[in-house]
Amino acid sequence: MKSLQELEQIRQETLQRINLRREDKGNEVRVVVGMATCGIAAGARNVMMAFMTEASKRKLNHVTISQTGCVGTCRFEPMADVFVPGQEKVTYVNLNEKKAARIVSEHIVNGNPVREFTITNQGVDAEKGDAQ
Amino acid sequence: MIIYRSHILVCGGTGCTSSGSSLLMDRFEQQLKLHQLDKEVSLVKTGCFGLCEAGPVVIVYPEGTFYSRVKVEDVDEIVSEHMLKGRIVRHLVYHHETEEKEGQSLNDIEFYKHQDRIALRNCGVIDPEKIDEYIAFDGYKALGNALTKMTPQEVVDVIKASGLRGRGGGGFPTGLKWQLCKDVAGDKKYVICNADEGDPGAFMDRSVLEGDPHAVLEAMTICGYAIGSDEGYIYVRAEYPIAVNRLRIAIHQAREYGLLGKNILGTDFSFDVHIRLGAGAFVCGEEMALMTSIEGNRGEPKPKPPFPATQGLFGLPTNINNVETYANIPQILIHGADWFRSMGTKRSPGTKVFALGGKINNTGLVEVSMGTPLRQVIYDIGGGIPGDKQFKAVQTGGPSGGCIPESLIDVPIEYDSLVEIGSMMGSGGMIVMDEDNCMVDIARFFLDFTVDESCGKCTPCRVGTKRMLEILDRIVSGKGEEGDLERLEALAESIKDTALCGLGQTAPNPVLSTIKYFREEYEAHIREKRCPAHHCRELLHLEITDKCRGCTACFRVCPVGAITGTAREKHSIDVSKCIKCNSCIEKCHFDAIIKV
Repeated sequence: MKSLQELEQIRQETLQRINLRREDKGNEVRVVVGMATCGIAAGARNVMMAFMTEASKRKLNHVTISQTGCVGTCRFEPMADVFVPGQEKVTYVNLNEKKAARIVSEHIVNGNPVREFTITNQGVDAEKGDAQ
Repeated sequence: MIIYRSHILVCGGTGCTSSGSSLLMDRFEQQLKLHQLDKEVSLVKTGCFGLCEAGPVVIVYPEGTFYSRVKVEDVDEIVSEHMLKGRIVRHLVYHHETEEKEGQSLNDIEFYKHQDRIALRNCGVIDPEKIDEYIAFDGYKALGNALTKMTPQEVVDVIKASGLRGRGGGGFPTGLKWQLCKDVAGDKKYVICNADEGDPGAFMDRSVLEGDPHAVLEAMTICGYAIGSDEGYIYVRAEYPIAVNRLRIAIHQAREYGLLGKNILGTDFSFDVHIRLGAGAFVCGEEMALMTSIEGNRGEPKPKPPFPATQGLFGLPTNINNVETYANIPQILIHGADWFRSMGTKRSPGTKVFALGGKINNTGLVEVSMGTPLRQVIYDIGGGIPGDKQFKAVQTGGPSGGCIPESLIDVPIEYDSLVEIGSMMGSGGMIVMDEDNCMVDIARFFLDFTVDESCGKCTPCRVGTKRMLEILDRIVSGKGEEGDLERLEALAESIKDTALCGLGQTAPNPVLSTIKYFREEYEAHIREKRCPAHHCRELLHLEITDKCRGCTACFRVCPVGAITGTAREKHSIDVSKCIKCNSCIEKCHFDAIIKV
């Protein structure tokens, strides 16, 4: 290593990998994926991997991705909650890998929740579908 | 680059390793693979978390869940529940009886709440075998700044202004030490790190080396730049295999990155570090003996002056500091002298690491601001004395320190205040004693240690401590005489005044401080041939009281047939036969057997 810049570069890169362990994670965005039996059966693992890959690709070190159990609405799985500090939580339903990638780019990066995937929209549609 | 969603940190310090943490690592690895989680969960072996009592310790991030006393069988459950389904395994989470609410993450736990971590900041947080993780937490930033933006004198000035004092025990101002060595003219100078931690029960330096070896390397390099040296030695005991191994890895990595070796960070400055293994002689922690040992000679001290700053290793100017002192240096340079002074007291700024042991609930490693009262360390962090026993004394400073009685437990921990009450800071061993400890025997134990470890070069230490030990041996075996205490005090004073090095000069401290604060215990041994703590075997008699129902349980368990009596009648003990093994006391259902 020849310079302070190189040192700083290693610092930044490694910090992204281990930021999770810091006490003060700053303005942390949390993505919580439902990973109970119902979620996993519906493909939640691939969805979570998609969130992780997308966050890695974009070097989003303020995003933590974690998992939770069943919230009771198993028919909407795979589901995920996105918590942005200072905003209301947004619940996404019927996810797949592509949708996860869009949520990262549109909601987490650009700050616009993807309305069409949220529980209020999707859920209502699904209700209608069930009724028919 | 891969971002993992969760990190499992397994303690790889000596304490947890000896309770099986490497087996946990293997099992975690296997289970994560089995559940196909190895791409999303990262497994990290770290240094000591400090709460060795609860080891092996496992911490899971991002939640910061603190699992304690984890067994290999528990790993499957943690992986299948916590890692796979996101459900915290409650029954494995650390929970201490003295705490009301369940501590889920590190900062909820009393043990950590009252601590300020500078020297230990990375211990249990980073993987000590990965230089990148050290760099991520501002590692080598202080070195970079020093080399590119500061003159050597400016570096020394910051350390001076911080008021940092030697953490090895003496408390000599570090900045002044660096200045003295810097001011000596010479082309070749040495930087030494004293990692020959020898006090019984002390493991502060070991934990720093195991948990954050790069901090020491960085600080030594900074010191080299400040005083004008290009070569350093770390003198570490061979009994610390994990620490030695991690140091070797760290040195190798630092060389690969160009942070040790020629032209560090592209500047004109070059510095490299060697490791020297000590064979475990206590006297080699004394700086002159340590340097003699590095030179390849038998580890014996030399008279001072000349001091190391002028004639140290190989007769050349040398700066020698302790591990913990070095661990503070990079942080002081990053955050500034004022930040450091904002912690601790005016006379002793900063923090100090203590190895808490003995009769205490939370055995482990703690780092507190200077000036914290002993009571807080023992009760709030240490969790008090186990088994509702009465606190009696705390021993600080190891074989060189003294015992502090309960009446002085509110004294703030500082170099000067501890010396004023007849003890010393020492390197940071803190041994807690309860009502069952005999203070005469404690003094005898430490003196026995120094007699064993005395190098024999000077007469006061070689012969004087031996004579003191003989007197103490007599006292604990019931053969003490009037005048023994005066003889002990006279010997102690002359050894203190005349011994060649710190080992001898401080060796009488445990005896003097126990005589000072527990004189009545000595007198009970000498005059009444009685040990008030019922500890000294030769002064102990077992007696059967009227509570005895004649159940014959004691009679049957006694290995030497000292108990006689018929069933349903009170038994009696033949004192001449009794070997005081206490088996009968343990067996008695009626608490009828007492120690007198």
